[in-house]
Amino acid sequence: MDYKTSDPPAGPRREDILPATAAAAVKVVIVGGFGVGKTTLVGTVSEIRPLTTEETMTQAGVGVDDIAGIEQKIETTVAMDFGRISINEQLVLYLFGTPGQERFWFLWDGLFEGALGAVVLLDTRRLEVSYEVVGILEERGVPFVVAVNTFPGAPVHPIPELRAAMDLPESVPIFACDARDRASCRDALMTLMRYLYRLANTPEPQ
Amino acid sequence: MSKPERAWDPGNPDRLYIVTKSCGQADPGVTRLDLVTLIVARTETDPGLQPEHETIVRMCDYPLSVAEISAYLTLPVSTVTVLLNDLLARGHVEARPPVPVAALPDVGLLEAVMHGLQNL
Repeated sequence: MDYKTSDPPAGPRREDILPATAAAAVKVVIVGGFGVGKTTLVGTVSEIRPLTTEETMTQAGVGVDDIAGIEQKIETTVAMDFGRISINEQLVLYLFGTPGQERFWFLWDGLFEGALGAVVLLDTRRLEVSYEVVGILEERGVPFVVAVNTFPGAPVHPIPELRAAMDLPESVPIFACDARDRASCRDALMTLMRYLYRLANTPEPQ
Repeated sequence: MSKPERAWDPGNPDRLYIVTKSCGQADPGVTRLDLVTLIVARTETDPGLQPEHETIVRMCDYPLSVAEISAYLTLPVSTVTVLLNDLLARGHVEARPPVPVAALPDVGLLEAVMHGLQNL
């Protein structure tokens, strides 16, 4: 029951160590439903093997017949995978793949706070979920682009149709992306950066 | 009954309380830590440290984000944050805050990120 002293010390593998010069980090959030390819995308571009951080959520049981007068609580462990890209000797970019349901976002305090922006991985099997995500991001003022993961078996829709179905303004990029392909994932991040760049250069009059 | 396969069990709230109780009565000098705040050790580990604290100090020989520390310790970020605040208060580690991002990020920052991505 004691510590297993033979275990290797916890921490990064030698090749996953950041240089001592790493001065600050920025983050991008990858939002998408279950099984839509968030973890794949993060793993494809990350320089480290993706890591997982977990939080526990406790909810009161709903609709439980309470014969014995015992309150039921349901504990759910919610995992968030993330990866890392060293931009240069000083700057590090972290990518967090977060579930689409907004109630999970609050488990990680300040997940979206200070984020450069978000990539929404569109779930073509459940457009209504992504529609909701987009609405919430707009409400919170988080700039985002929409990537359509072209994995086998997913229904194929032309991009203009998806744009219309999602009610996306013309200015918001929406594009196909293969979460298994490094160049494609890098392009997705580049598209977000170029979009942010455009926004930063054309401030909206208040 | 339960088999302890990790040094401390993240699924057990009682244990989490024990791990972090030393500063349960928070919090005048609490540092706001982001998931991507980088933590670096300032001192060698010292024998007076609790094992969890010691592990963090050892791990942060080179900069490491709060999220990475959480993943390597298999402890929730909320718990790691409390442990890190103990260490910050005692000067064992330093925190390098994330690049501040206003409503829209700085153009120079975006250029740097784009340049970095191009090299991927």
